[in-house]
Amino acid sequence: MWIYEKKLQYPVRVSKCDVRMARYLTEQYGGADGELAAALRYMNQRYAIPDKVIGVLTDISTEEFAHLEMIATMIYKLTKDASVQELEAAGLGPNYAQRDHALFYQNSEGVPWTAAYIQAKGDPLADLYEDIAAEEKARATYQWLIDMTDDVDLQDSLKFLREREIVHALRFKESVQILIENKDQKKVF
Amino acid sequence: MESQERVYYPFRGPFDPCPPVPCKTFVVPPNQFINFQPPNLPQFSLPEALRAGTLWPALFSPYESKSKGGK
Repeated sequence: MWIYEKKLQYPVRVSKCDVRMARYLTEQYGGADGELAAALRYMNQRYAIPDKVIGVLTDISTEEFAHLEMIATMIYKLTKDASVQELEAAGLGPNYAQRDHALFYQNSEGVPWTAAYIQAKGDPLADLYEDIAAEEKARATYQWLIDMTDDVDLQDSLKFLREREIVHALRFKESVQILIENKDQKKVF
Repeated sequence: MESQERVYYPFRGPFDPCPPVPCKTFVVPPNQFINFQPPNLPQFSLPEALRAGTLWPALFSPYESKSKGGK
């Protein structure tokens, strides 16, 4: 059960009319290392992992949905007033042909999101290491997106999201430590 | 804070078709040096923490866009 707070996790301000960035930001919307993949990966893995780290997966998954909402806001702001010509020039012609100005879970090349992007191995370490890798890949994607725009306001929101990926990776590393350290068992020396 | 940027120098061939980029960089964020966050780390003020994306300076990783100046 969730409680929805009707505001973004971090403000999203887009100051430059740059439809091109909308297309590249889709990578974080419906790409293999995007926020949707992250949120659904953790939300699913939490059913087959020791109790002590379920909460980490739930919390981070929930936050990834908040990030997804921020990315959607960016794409929406960049495309809502774009003409057909501007969309076509940005490579979003095929998207317009299918769905007008609607957003969709696809990557920056237009490939629809697929559950094949994520895994659930049922082994706590295998799953957590996948999660750590996913966070680092998302961090890298944010870096390349920050590189691709000179809109400092958009960069500001993307930098926030990038930092969150770093914190999430650390939380998953800590989850690994909790599992391998065997803290509950009595040690006899 | 120690620099989070690492530099490497890729091979430059005598017949490279494009002007060579002398050095490439990548980021090593602070999460690589912490396995388990110790308690009672110094904290940002709340407005600073919101802007930084983390409550703890020890986890903060700056990143500047390469769109200006070009690298």
